[in-house]
Amino acid sequence: MSEPLLHVEDLRVSFATEDGLVQAVDGVSFEVDRGEVVAIVGESGSGKSVSAMTVMGLTRGPNARIDGVVTLDGQELLKASESQLQRIRGGSIAMVFQDPMSSLNPVYRIGDQIIEQIRTHQPHVSRAQAAERSVELLERVGIPRARERMRSYPHEFSGGMRQRVMIAMALSCSPKVLIADEPTTALDVTIQAQILDELRELREQTRAGIILVTHDLAVVADIADRVIVMYAGRVVEQGTLDELFYDPQHPYTWGLLGSITRIDRDRSKRLPAIPGVPPSLLHPPAGCHFRPRCPHAFGQCMQVPELNARVADAPAHLDRCWLTVEQKRSVRQVDGQIGLASPSAVVS
Amino acid sequence: MSATGADGDATGLGVSDGAVGGHSGASGALMEVEHLRVLFPIKSGLVVDRTIGHVHAVDDVSFTLREGETLGIVGESGCGKTTLIRTLVRLLDPTAGVIRFRGEEITGRSRRQLQPVRRQMQMVFQDPQASLNPRKRVGQILATPLKLRGLAGDRIEAESRALLERVGLHAEHLGRFPHEFSGGQRQRIGVARALAVEPRLILLDEPVSALDVSIQAQVINLLEDLQEELHLSYVFVAHDLSVVRHESDRIAVMYLGKLMEVSPSEELYDKPIHPYTSFLLMAIPIPDPAENRARTRQVVTGEVPSPIDPPAGCRFHTRCPRASDLCREVEPQLTEYARGHLAACHHPQNVSPAEIAAARRSEATPLSAGAETPRLPVSSA
Amino acid sequence: MARFLIRRGLTMIALLFAISLVTFLLFIVVLPGGNPASMLAGRLANPSEVQLISHRYGFDQPVYVQYFKTMANIFDGSAYSYQSSFNVDDQIRQGLPTTVSLALGAGIIWLLVSILFGTLAAIRAGRYTDRVLTVLSMVGVSMPPFFLGAVIIFYLGYKTSILPINGYVPFTQSPIQWAYHLIAPWFTLSVLFIGFYSRVLRSTILDTLSEDYVRTARAKGLSPRRVLVHHVLRTSLLPIISLWGLDFAQVIGGGAILTESVYGLHGVGYLAAQSVGKLDTVTLLSIVMLTAIAVVVLQALVDFLYAVLDPRIRLA
Ligand SMILES: Nc1ncnc2c1ncn2[C@@H]1O[C@H](COP(=O)(O)OP(=O)(O)OP(=O)(O)O)[C@@H](O)[C@H]1O
Ligand SMILES: Nc1ncnc2c1ncn2[C@@H]1O[C@H](COP(=O)(O)OP(=O)(O)O)[C@@H](O)[C@H]1O
Ligand code: SF4
Ligand code: SF4
Ligand SMILES: [Mg+2]
Ligand SMILES: [Mg+2]
Repeated sequence: MSEPLLHVEDLRVSFATEDGLVQAVDGVSFEVDRGEVVAIVGESGSGKSVSAMTVMGLTRGPNARIDGVVTLDGQELLKASESQLQRIRGGSIAMVFQDPMSSLNPVYRIGDQIIEQIRTHQPHVSRAQAAERSVELLERVGIPRARERMRSYPHEFSGGMRQRVMIAMALSCSPKVLIADEPTTALDVTIQAQILDELRELREQTRAGIILVTHDLAVVADIADRVIVMYAGRVVEQGTLDELFYDPQHPYTWGLLGSITRIDRDRSKRLPAIPGVPPSLLHPPAGCHFRPRCPHAFGQCMQVPELNARVADAPAHLDRCWLTVEQKRSVRQVDGQIGLASPSAVVS
Repeated sequence: MSATGADGDATGLGVSDGAVGGHSGASGALMEVEHLRVLFPIKSGLVVDRTIGHVHAVDDVSFTLREGETLGIVGESGCGKTTLIRTLVRLLDPTAGVIRFRGEEITGRSRRQLQPVRRQMQMVFQDPQASLNPRKRVGQILATPLKLRGLAGDRIEAESRALLERVGLHAEHLGRFPHEFSGGQRQRIGVARALAVEPRLILLDEPVSALDVSIQAQVINLLEDLQEELHLSYVFVAHDLSVVRHESDRIAVMYLGKLMEVSPSEELYDKPIHPYTSFLLMAIPIPDPAENRARTRQVVTGEVPSPIDPPAGCRFHTRCPRASDLCREVEPQLTEYARGHLAACHHPQNVSPAEIAAARRSEATPLSAGAETPRLPVSSA
Repeated sequence: MARFLIRRGLTMIALLFAISLVTFLLFIVVLPGGNPASMLAGRLANPSEVQLISHRYGFDQPVYVQYFKTMANIFDGSAYSYQSSFNVDDQIRQGLPTTVSLALGAGIIWLLVSILFGTLAAIRAGRYTDRVLTVLSMVGVSMPPFFLGAVIIFYLGYKTSILPINGYVPFTQSPIQWAYHLIAPWFTLSVLFIGFYSRVLRSTILDTLSEDYVRTARAKGLSPRRVLVHHVLRTSLLPIISLWGLDFAQVIGGGAILTESVYGLHGVGYLAAQSVGKLDTVTLLSIVMLTAIAVVVLQALVDFLYAVLDPRIRLA
């Protein structure tokens, strides 16, 4: 097998805060191949964004401690110098952020913001050439009358159009990896569908690897090839899309799958919600981080479970739970569908 | 343009004579809304500001909310959902139209006269962070509405405890400040505050949009339990159709200030009549990889036009794949098909010829669409 | 644009009218207990003389007539001080070059230095440089000009003769001497503002640094310097610029009373100080009007600049 495009191994990120050390990411490993969409899902604060941003060196700072290995096409990034990283940011790795309303600078024209990125990475390109390229990019992401819209300011665009501009900007230097951090969370479902289409097309055309950070499993089902589920800084399960949806191994994943309201299912009276709230990363619970919310917890859960392949014939399907595969398969069925526990048994 | 059979064109409908579309003074109605309009003036001028146009935020909306019912309102952002429910509790004044609460008209009333009615309707806001005063303890936040109810001293304390437990929090939380809670817990406090005045009706504006999925489910369950225990009615606003459908008995689909479709929630997914509803449904990804792959999805195109200068005829015609000349000129009537399922479309889908024959004009039809269904030639492709 | 100019012009006129009316009523009608005519006529004058003066100056006329006459005199340059009988306009005209010189130099210094200090403190937030600058600006804010001025005059003037002790040399006469004589006043006046401005700038920059679009700029691969100058400073400077406009206008209108007095600069501030001492209401009224005009004009300029720097703001 050839070297993967992006390789992340045992990534650990902690921040020193006034209240103490926050272990935001605690041993995350994954790979992204060309033309592949890897989704990172989890509740807010679980470390999705920090994982994604660390790949680009955006979490570096005096109070951050970063360990692990990140390689892009064989080049190590965590130890790369700031100027090497500058070439990679926006060049080989581009990023699209959650809130398109605030991610573009309000005081510069749309066109100028794209041109700025092109010319940062290709200084030999003239302004006029860069402008021409920007128009093409805007047309490609479906902005009508792109040439005129180059002179618009971000506040003159709707949320969906701004997110297209962000994508156009990300595409401007033909990145090998695109990191999209909740690219559709702030948008209407109709616009979300358009943006997801855009990402799909991008993958087809450029064979870029995409890391999609989201908390929405429906979006994941729509576009991802592989899924990483994070909980309180740790990966609790990872596998292919089908493995994760049809043979989920971690109780937290069951909880996520169970709590979704589905448009295509009958309206059941109660949703099988996960009880409780995510733990504080300042004082995470001992052993399995999910233990305080897990109805299946038992004695062994006081020790941290390893992230291992436990399902036969699925070497890439990893999870972090002490239950045996047989136990998991029997307890995850709730009212004929996957869930954490019977909703009536759960005290909220 | 449209296929024959189930997808027949609904034209040449008879005029309805009676109360249809759940729109009458019949008993069981908690709130009746008739031809409600909320326009925001846009001002500009060289020296003195003149009104040069209006934002048509809510444009001639009528519906009835029954006791104990949950009415869901969905639509893309900017379609007027928030404006509509803020007007229902009279946080905004309507430009035209009538709102009746338990048979009494509340549209013309002054703030003072509204007091007793206000207490029966409460609102829960989207952003649980922004809607709670950060400098007040939970106890104080709950005490204000309890005093309004006429309770005193130790009764307030006891009632606050009871309220917190009811929404799944603990009595010891009374002394804490809002920022010491998670988003889901803050939304519970918002619900507790709404419950404090013992309302009949709670209007929820995107109550779970700012929350994580797992916490969303907790809050949704809580709302359902409360409804059952206290026999509350809800108006539930959200842009997420799957959450709304889970929560509601009936769903109203809004577009650019107008109602496009009102449907019993079981029917909406299987039998959307209005093309816009299909459009919204199609955009929702299904959290099941196999079903998602099996589904052929039409790409949803375009964006919502400006509500300052909404399109003539059917407001949806600029994005509608079924639009005809008729749609561009004539505003469709809200038509009631079987079982209280209303839609405003010249070329409805998923309706049988029998249903078309039995269909009647709903009184909830906007005034601008005319009093009678004109007998227009069937537009064909 | 036309809309902005017309609206601004009208508000400016309305504002000036209101300010003039209020100050007139305060100064002429309410404040100086007693009759200005008897003040003018001197202590030994008899009632008929007072009446004569009263009539000549129009003090016996209704208040609104007095108001319009006074304002007309102030604006066409024919107002005379009741105390000194000097033409008020001439006096202000004499003081204005000194004050404008002081304001321009000091204004540029305090703006540039506080941008430098504020930016440095922000990008080094929490570190040594930031702490030193924090202490410095606290000292600056709490340093009264008369004290700082006195110290400078004593050490750099009397003791070492490095700087002149006081006085003003017109720019047209000798630009070098002009600057040489103004260095100490410029510095003294700036210190106060630098402390305050750099604090404000520091906190706006820190706010801007956490904006999403700054993160985007970094993710685009821009150099830290470009991120700072193009994406952070441009928006962070806005509040500083509007503060600057107001403070600069104040100094033009004689606001630097202490600095002008300490250094013996016979500018508008010095004139104001003297008029206060003599209860010279007509002169004071004229100076207030000058300040008002300066403030209103600079505010309009600042608003215009704002709209240029931030396209979300529409001129209206
Ligand atoms: N610069 C920082 N300093 C201190 N703590 C941080 C910093 N950045 C992130 N964290 C903490 O790290 C944890 C993970 O944050 P992250 O932003 O990755 O969460 P997320 O899963 O993306 O959540 P969301 O959906 O809310 O964006 C959180 O507890 C957060 O408070
Ligand atoms: N105070 C206001 N002044 C002018 N326009 C407004 C005001 N409030 C809302 N609008 C406009 O009314 C329309 C409907 O708004 P809203 O009800 O908030 O939409 P939703 O809740 O569906 O997102 C939007 O176009 C919005 O911009
Ligand atoms: S390890 Fe234990 S506590 Fe953790 S998820 Fe598995 S069963 Fe639950
Ligand atoms: S009436 Fe409106 S929704 Fe119906 S077909 Fe015509 S344009 Fe489409
Ligand atoms: Mg995030
Ligand atoms: Mg809203």
